[in-house]
Amino acid sequence: MQPLLLKGGRVIDPSRSFDQTADVLVQDGKIAAVGPTLGTPDGVEVRDVRGAIVAPGLVDLHVHLREPGNEDVETVASGARAAAAGGFTAVCAMPNTDPVTDNQAAVGFIVRQSLRAGWARVHPIGAISVGQQGGQLAELGEMVGAGAVAVSDDGRPVASSHLMRTALEYARTFDIPVADHCEEPTLASGGVMHEGLVAARLGLKGIPAAAEEIMVARDLLLAELTGGHVHLCHMSTRGSVELIRRAKERGVRVTAEVTPHHLTLTDRACEGYDTHAKMNPPLREDADVAALRSALQEGVIDCIASDHAPHAYDAKEAAFDDAPFGVVGLETAFGVAHTELVQGDVLTLPELVARMSTIPARAFHLPGGTLQPGAAADIVVLDLATSWTVDPARFHSKSRNSPFAGRRLCGRATLTLVGGKVVHDAGAATP
Amino acid sequence: MAVEVLELAHGTEHLVLIGIQRRGVELAERIAKLIEEDEGVVVPRGALDITLYRDDLETVGPKPVIGPTHLPGELTDKHVVIVDDVLYTGRTVRAALDELADFGRPRRISLCVLIDRGGRELPIQADIVGKVVKTAPGDRVDVLVEELDGRDQVDLIRGAPSGVAA
Amino acid sequence: MTAALDKDLVGLAPLSAEQIRLILDTAEPFKEVSERPIKKVPALRGKTIVNLFFEASTRTRISFEFAEKRLSADTVNVAASGSAVQKGETLVDTARNLEAMRIDMVVIRHPSSGAAEFLGRRIRSNVVNAGDGKHEHPTQALLDLLTLRDKFGRIEGLKVCLVGDVLHSRVARSDIWGLLKLGAQVAVCGPRTLLPRRIEELGVTVFEHVADAIQWADALNVLRLQLERMEAGFIPSVREYYRVFGVTAERLEKAPRPLTIMHPGPMNRGVEIDSRVADGPHSVILDQVTNGVAVRMAVLYLLAGGKPELADAAKRGGGPGGPPD
Repeated sequence: MQPLLLKGGRVIDPSRSFDQTADVLVQDGKIAAVGPTLGTPDGVEVRDVRGAIVAPGLVDLHVHLREPGNEDVETVASGARAAAAGGFTAVCAMPNTDPVTDNQAAVGFIVRQSLRAGWARVHPIGAISVGQQGGQLAELGEMVGAGAVAVSDDGRPVASSHLMRTALEYARTFDIPVADHCEEPTLASGGVMHEGLVAARLGLKGIPAAAEEIMVARDLLLAELTGGHVHLCHMSTRGSVELIRRAKERGVRVTAEVTPHHLTLTDRACEGYDTHAKMNPPLREDADVAALRSALQEGVIDCIASDHAPHAYDAKEAAFDDAPFGVVGLETAFGVAHTELVQGDVLTLPELVARMSTIPARAFHLPGGTLQPGAAADIVVLDLATSWTVDPARFHSKSRNSPFAGRRLCGRATLTLVGGKVVHDAGAATP
Repeated sequence: MAVEVLELAHGTEHLVLIGIQRRGVELAERIAKLIEEDEGVVVPRGALDITLYRDDLETVGPKPVIGPTHLPGELTDKHVVIVDDVLYTGRTVRAALDELADFGRPRRISLCVLIDRGGRELPIQADIVGKVVKTAPGDRVDVLVEELDGRDQVDLIRGAPSGVAA
Repeated sequence: MTAALDKDLVGLAPLSAEQIRLILDTAEPFKEVSERPIKKVPALRGKTIVNLFFEASTRTRISFEFAEKRLSADTVNVAASGSAVQKGETLVDTARNLEAMRIDMVVIRHPSSGAAEFLGRRIRSNVVNAGDGKHEHPTQALLDLLTLRDKFGRIEGLKVCLVGDVLHSRVARSDIWGLLKLGAQVAVCGPRTLLPRRIEELGVTVFEHVADAIQWADALNVLRLQLERMEAGFIPSVREYYRVFGVTAERLEKAPRPLTIMHPGPMNRGVEIDSRVADGPHSVILDQVTNGVAVRMAVLYLLAGGKPELADAAKRGGGPGGPPD
């Protein structure tokens, strides 16, 4: 592979608190050197990235790639391609596929599909329970052996506290986190949006904040009981934030994520029965958005994850009750986060890079999230100067269900490298 | 006109006066009062709103307020005299005839108008006419009555913006 | 005609007070049409209307059908049972099929909130909401308003309390919007399990006890209690519901003035309402049914009106009595 020199960009590497104008030399798939005005070895390709940001590739702990089972909507390859376009070099695929990714063979399949596709790295997450049925514990050890980086029954909450306890205890041997979709099923049953004033007005069944908070509290208590690592998916309420804050003060092993949409939208987006605002957990209220933003700022919530959830183009063309939950997010996550959080003075740019790359990589013990010489060359070049309009028709994802269609955003990936290989180059034809 | 109505109807025995909403109702009322003063007989009278029988709902849009329709009992075997302010295309009278047919079968129906401005689009003629006025299609004839408008007056407004009292 | 209606009637929330008054005023002459020997006017002759009922509803469907027939429209009834819907056709496909048949209006009843608005945005025909999920039932609220206006001569300043299952009631939501917009004071009363959270923020008062509501109100609208609410655990039993929240003759005796009693029907006698109350001298429940036809005629008539641009063109040259002759 031809060596590549990224010349003159602002290099931000939160893993070393590095933030200065520098060159980055990529050789043999690894980061060979980072420093001001590096020399130009023979045969090197030089990319002038002055004015742009060079950062470790973004890492998304929560995506749904729908393969196997629903390949019309997304595949490992199309999802990984969308990830690369969004600046992500690694994503973690949830196991609610059909059949469920609940054994080593299924995990191995995802790994092979990812390698064959060759875009962003796809790390499988295995199921906690067989068939995500909430009963028998799945073979965690074998799944980890095949490449699983975490376990989760996401898409379905873990209703049984006994199962959650067992998973947290058993997962300690393999040092993987147990990721939970926190939702008390009897409280949330039949709900389609946040239980609040908008739901009262629209006549839609609400999901109360307490449905999430009860399970957050339970999971934190069980993590404390077992010493296991719990990862709380897509936090949405101010109450959850407070519970996590107190647990972290007690030293509970917890990490938590929040999505770009929960950081920027409220239940008002459901007005007019807009099914693109239907997601689970639901969009909450202004006070929740404010609490989630400060939690991210303070580190109570560790990272941003997209919860990329593709659906067929016509599935959302339905009455609100009948439409599926979920939105795509890989190709808008950075733009939304940068526009709303960095330009909105919630986070500094290095803090945002940390919360979308270094910190999530560490949470799931993934390679990446660093520009340390010697590390794999998973790198993103970000253009923060040009604003662009979200046009779902131009997504690389197979699906279009975005709540941000038509939004003017500032910040997007122009170049994405995985293991030194260019997987996305906005300035060139599709590689 | 009241005298003409009496002549036409051969007296008041079977006579019913029906005014078309809105100004026809007032005119019918006045004719009835005059007959009452002269003959000492109370003539049954009614009001008809033909909005729901118009054939141009698509083009003019629904009228925001539909006036009341009330008829003085059975119409069968009566001599109904329809009273309206202005006779123009004839479509209002056509609608009134349709509507009256849904209420009964009068022995005879006659038409009495204050102004005949010509311009008929249907083969309809008035039996009694207060005044014939020659008009062009762009003109407007406004009948004002004291009960509704504060004064009795007929305005002929030519297609051009400037108005001339007739 | 600033008060003219939009293409569809999906609810009272989007309407202005002027638009609501326009419908009520237009309904007045239609009451008289139903008293005529031939209860039919040709206003909607040649119009085709589909009554698309995804939920069983005898009385609303019949009321709409009478309204349509008395306006001389051609009507087709499509009920959920046996229709393509049960064979898995989506609402959007149903909409496209109706559009392809070039119908003029759709009256839709659907179990999902927002279904009428969804349909209205996808077809050119006028859409009338005959009840969507727990969202709105605008013609029911309009007939409630007309009945109250007949009885009291005004809506402004009236104190109206909705009693019962507000949470699952589309009638309640439409009533709240309509009454508030016309200047009434609105309260709700029922078990907290059957009141939407934060309902106070819509501008209504909440009474925990029916006795308090009776002391306060000029009129009660007693909502139907669906018996499946008991199975879903919202109330312990129908028997207890009647004892705690039933509108009974004994409770009404303590009212400072006679209360007008309304019910959207169909009634569960001895569950939410005492038969003596339903059949009593202050019940206007059957007037509501009569007014239902008039209100629906008014809505269909107003929506059927031509395209605004044509109306404007036709209005040019009209005298004070309206369009020329």
